[in-house]
Amino acid sequence: MAEKGVKVFGMWASPMVIRVEWALRLKGVEYEYVDEDLANKSTNLLRYNPVTKKVPVLVHDGKPIAESTIIVEYIDEAWKGGYSIMPADPYERAQARFWARFAEEKCNAALYPIFTATGEAQRKAVHEAQQCFKTLETVLEGKKFFGGDAVGYLDIVVWYVHWLPVTEEVIGTSVVTDKELPLMKALFDRFLAVDAVKMAWAQALKRRKRPRLHPNPTSPSLPPSPPLPSHKSQRSRLGALLPPARLCGEARTR
Amino acid sequence: MAGGDDLKLLGMWASPYVLRVKLALSLKGLSYEYVEEDLRDKSELLVKSNPVHKKVPVLIHNGKPVSESLIILQYIDEAFAGTGPSLLPADPYERAVARFWAAYIDDKMLPALNQSAMGKTEEERAEGKKQSLVTVETLEGALRDCGKGKPFFGGDSAGYVDVVLGGLLGWVRASDELHGVKPFDPERTPLLAAWSERFGALEAVEPVMPDVSRLVEFGKMLKARLAAPPAAGASN
Repeated sequence: MAEKGVKVFGMWASPMVIRVEWALRLKGVEYEYVDEDLANKSTNLLRYNPVTKKVPVLVHDGKPIAESTIIVEYIDEAWKGGYSIMPADPYERAQARFWARFAEEKCNAALYPIFTATGEAQRKAVHEAQQCFKTLETVLEGKKFFGGDAVGYLDIVVWYVHWLPVTEEVIGTSVVTDKELPLMKALFDRFLAVDAVKMAWAQALKRRKRPRLHPNPTSPSLPPSPPLPSHKSQRSRLGALLPPARLCGEARTR
Repeated sequence: MAGGDDLKLLGMWASPYVLRVKLALSLKGLSYEYVEEDLRDKSELLVKSNPVHKKVPVLIHNGKPVSESLIILQYIDEAFAGTGPSLLPADPYERAVARFWAAYIDDKMLPALNQSAMGKTEEERAEGKKQSLVTVETLEGALRDCGKGKPFFGGDSAGYVDVVLGGLLGWVRASDELHGVKPFDPERTPLLAAWSERFGALEAVEPVMPDVSRLVEFGKMLKARLAAPPAAGASN
C-alpha cells in the first residue's frame, strides 16, 4: 500500500528542523512529526536519508527530501496556492537565496565561536557576529519582515531569529541589541509573535525529553520536565539545558 | 520578452563556477557579453555588483546583478523559462532531488577534491583523497539510482545537476596530469566516466570548455604557490 501523508523526521531542539515545521504550518499542511534520538538514529531515518543521515527529512507520500532549505522550497512548490513562501519574481528569489546562503555560511560561522570563547575573545567574537548581522540587516530596511509584509523564505532560514534570544541567555551576553541591531531586534519580536512560529515552538518544547547528562559546566542542576510555561521563561529553561555546539554539530544540515 | 535582454557575465577563465554559468547560458541558447576579471585587480563593476563577496561569477541582467553559481543557474532557468530547454525539472519532488545533489557536489564533493589536491600537509591531502572517493562513489550511486539508465542526471537531456557537475569537467580532465588522479575513474565509477565523455561532447558544451593544457599550467602554478599566501580566490 502506498505511503500517504506528510512526515517530518526531526530533533526537538534543532533550528533546521523547526524551519520545516514553520513552512508546513504557514501553508496549513498537516504532518506527523517523528522525533529522533541523534545518538541512536532510527532505521527509518537512515532509510530515508542514507547520504547524510541527518535531520530534518520530509517524507511526502513516501518520498523523502533532505536539507532544510531545499525542503522549504519544496514545500512552497508542492503546495502551490495559499501562502507564498518564496517571492514571485525571479530576481527577488535570487536575492532571497543569496541572503539565505550568506546567513547560513557567514553569520552561522560568526556565531559559533561566541559559545566557546570567554572574556576578550568572546567580546571580539560578538563584534564579528554583529558585523555580519549588520550586513544582513540592510536587507530589512523599510520592511516588516525579510519577506516584506509577511514572513517569507529568508525569515524562515535566519534561524537565530528563533534561537538567538535563548543562546544569548546561555552565553550571558547579548548579540542583537536595540543599540547595535535595532531592525533585527524588532524583527525577532515580530517573528516570534507569528502564530505558525509560536505554535511550532510550543510543540517543540512539549517534545523535549528528560535531558541526558551532557557535560555542560555552565548549566545549573537540571530541572525536572517543566509544564508549558510562558514564552520568556521557556527560553531560560531551554537555555539551561542547551549544549549548543554539539547540538548544532549533530543536527545541522542545510 | 521586452526590448533586448542585456546579459553580462563577469568571470575568470579557469573557474569551474563561472564555467557552470557559461554552460547554462549555452544550453539555453542565450547570448551574453563576457568580461574576464583579473582576480588580483578586481574591476569596479565586480566590486559594485558583488560587494558582499567580491567573487565571480556574477551575472548582470539588465543592470541587476546575481551572484553565486547555483543561484545564477536557477535564476537563468526562471527568468528565461521560455527560452531553450529547462534546466530544472517541472515536478517539485524531482526539483528537490536535483537541488540536493547540486548541494552535495558543492558542499561535500568539491571541498574533498580541493583538499586532496591543495591540502597543506600530506595528511590533509590523504584525508581529502579518502573523502573524494566516498563522495564520488555516492554521486555514481545517484546517477545509477536516480538516473535510471538515462544518459544524464537530467534524464534524456542535460539539466541542472549535469551543469553543476559539468563546471568541474575542465579540472577533472586536468587532474590526471596534475595530480596523477582520475576523479571519475572508469574502473571505480564507470557511469560518471561515461557521463563525462557524453556531456563533454555535447554541442552546447564543447565550445565553452576551457583548454585543458592551459588549466594544467595554471594548476602547476597554483601548486607552486601553495606555501605562499593564497592567490585571490577564484570563485563561488
